[in-house]
Amino acid sequence: MSATETIDLDFEKGNFHYDTEYDYDAGTGLSEATIDYISGVKEEDSWVRDFRMKGLRTFTDKPMPTHWATRDLDNIDFNKIRYYLSKGQTPSRTWEEVPEDVKNTFERLGIPEQERKFLAGVEAQFDSEAAYSRMKDDLAKEGVIFVGSTEGLREHPEIFRRWFGKVIPTSDNKFSALNSAVFSGGSFIYVPPGVKVKQPLQAYFRINAENFGQFERTLIIADEGSEVTYMEGCTAPKFETSTLHSAVVELVALKGAKIQYITVQNWSNNVFNLVTKRARAEEEAEVKWIDCNIGSRLTMKYPGVILKGRKARGEVLSIALAGDGQHQDTGAKMIHAADETSSNIIAKSISVGTGRSSYRGIVNVPRNLKGCKNNTECDALLINSNSRTDTYPAITVRGDGNSVQHEASVSKVSAEQIFYMRQRGLSEAQAMSLSVNGFVNDLVREFPMEYSVELKRLIEMEMEGSVG
Amino acid sequence: MDSLHIEKLNVSIGEKSILNDFTLTVPKGEVHALMGPNGTGKSTLAKVLAGHQDYHTDSGSVLLDGKEILGKEPDEISHAGLFLAFQYPLEIPGVSIANFIRAAIESRLGAEESLDAPAYYRRLYEKMDLLQIDRKFTSRSLNEGFSGGEKKRAEILQMAMLEPTYCILDETDSGLDIDALKVVSNGVNFMRSNERGSLIITHYQRLLDYIVPDVVHVMWDGRIVKSGGKGLALELEEKGYDWVKDELAVACS
Ligand SMILES: Nc1ncnc2c1ncn2[C@@H]1O[C@H](COP(=O)(O)OP(=O)(O)OP(=O)(O)O)[C@@H](O)[C@H]1O
Ligand SMILES: [Mg+2]
Repeated sequence: MSATETIDLDFEKGNFHYDTEYDYDAGTGLSEATIDYISGVKEEDSWVRDFRMKGLRTFTDKPMPTHWATRDLDNIDFNKIRYYLSKGQTPSRTWEEVPEDVKNTFERLGIPEQERKFLAGVEAQFDSEAAYSRMKDDLAKEGVIFVGSTEGLREHPEIFRRWFGKVIPTSDNKFSALNSAVFSGGSFIYVPPGVKVKQPLQAYFRINAENFGQFERTLIIADEGSEVTYMEGCTAPKFETSTLHSAVVELVALKGAKIQYITVQNWSNNVFNLVTKRARAEEEAEVKWIDCNIGSRLTMKYPGVILKGRKARGEVLSIALAGDGQHQDTGAKMIHAADETSSNIIAKSISVGTGRSSYRGIVNVPRNLKGCKNNTECDALLINSNSRTDTYPAITVRGDGNSVQHEASVSKVSAEQIFYMRQRGLSEAQAMSLSVNGFVNDLVREFPMEYSVELKRLIEMEMEGSVG
Repeated sequence: MDSLHIEKLNVSIGEKSILNDFTLTVPKGEVHALMGPNGTGKSTLAKVLAGHQDYHTDSGSVLLDGKEILGKEPDEISHAGLFLAFQYPLEIPGVSIANFIRAAIESRLGAEESLDAPAYYRRLYEKMDLLQIDRKFTSRSLNEGFSGGEKKRAEILQMAMLEPTYCILDETDSGLDIDALKVVSNGVNFMRSNERGSLIITHYQRLLDYIVPDVVHVMWDGRIVKSGGKGLALELEEKGYDWVKDELAVACS
């Protein structure tokens, strides 16, 4: 189909790209015509197209949130972005059928190998569409659905339409509106009542093209008493120009269901990563976000849980690493809306060099509720005096029968500590990554094994890159 | 050649000069003691040898088995075989002793080599037993919340695991009770060999009862002013540093 020559090769795992020819290209810039194009190639129902058009209007109307967020957002030029690029709308079910350059990309990122080792299903997205999507046969027999958003809306509207855009309304923020207008790719998952998916389902999001915007849309519905773990990984090559990644992820955990959503993000530092993630947890349901943000130019992401049913539990465990020149603006939202709901937030941020970390949280427990609990812990580690860290916890807990615990700490890795470690033979980068690993250690212990190994490797890579 | 050789080392920090034409040779196979009053520059010497960047070296040279190490990075100097047991060991939160030493050993392996984990733990436990360090310390964060004596033992443990060619012990005895002093001395004596040289910085001759030095040096005002056998330490303890000062005054007049 197209040439498979490697253009860039770097020691960093994700930093390479293939010169790919796309069969579907919506061109540059955003207008109603862009949406007609995307909706057309996907052969969407009119309600989806209307949903997109409303998204576009909302996006255009909403101001950039620079009154509270960083001014760097103003540097995104929406007219220069390419909103849809693909080689087709139907993913392959075997790796052999995946176009060569795309297959090579995922081979180099180790996806097929991971699939063989420990995954129950994989979806691999290349720019706008999934190139590969497959789930183990026994899960299909149990009624589990794991497809891309294009396929999900087309084949199973009766399941997905009910929740689509309901956890995160289009108007939630400027970028959720943008996503609603041009979304493509992402995963649609449905787990039937009582089904416990033992191994994780994984999606991998790969940006390959320059000036590209990736807008995946994920919706996971765990029906009553079911369990599922979903992992997402992301990479992009280093381009001179900036790239936009703006996803919307909605989770629905029905009564007694458990969802664990794990992100391993390793964006290159030209990526604006502006993502809206939220879950709705019904009675006795449990949602856990494990969110690790490494790389990117600017990340703004505050995973949340709306605790809708009695005894629902929500948790956010997050690690943000802001290397030189990067800004990680991350946090968590816990909206308690029923009695005896509990939430736990542990956020650890690391700032290196001129890197900057901000924690933004919202915890809300209204007066009429009883027996709600929240625990919030924010720890920051500074490596190097230029680093900056801000914390905006915003915890509102009303009513007598509710309890809240909040702790925050800032610590530093001193030059003397680095000297001490180097005296034992560690390089500066090794000393730094050991300190970082030590700092996140107690949190990482809660993560699945495969994930903590990957995280450790990413931290090392980032530290290598941050010393001269 | 087979020595740690320091030649006319001049070191300053800001306007203040700390080491003045400091000269000393510690041959392989020997243990030297370095004594001297507070603030005379002993720790500064130790840190400069280890490659600390805060100090300015105005002139001089430091040869490790004939190779210049001045101006080298701390990790390069470590890999070249020099170990410094710190007077004030630093806390490394979240990093266990076992993982820390493991990382230090791994930093010495070639790209193709990998650490034999079971053998590593066997050796670690062996050295911990020698230094009477409880096994539960392996998983504790390095030096975090350790007592003064525990920190010093952990320094010697690292030294024993890394098997350096030259060891500098900066006041490893201060803060140790008498039993710990014996244990630590035991560890140091265990490492005595023809293949290793040591420089032991101390204020107390008591340590030298356990670790018997080949040579004792007295430092004053950034240089060595007197060297002698083990007896020198005893004499010093008896007469105090004023005695050296008086002798110096006589010599200089
Ligand atoms: N980083 C520094 N900045 C300023 N002055 C320093 C610094 N390091 C050492 N000095 C000064 O240099 C002198 C020598 O200090 P050093 O710690 O080497 O002495 P010492 O012989 O080890 O003393 P002690 O027996 O008390 O351990 C002291 O006057 C000290 O204040
Ligand atoms: Mg000292």
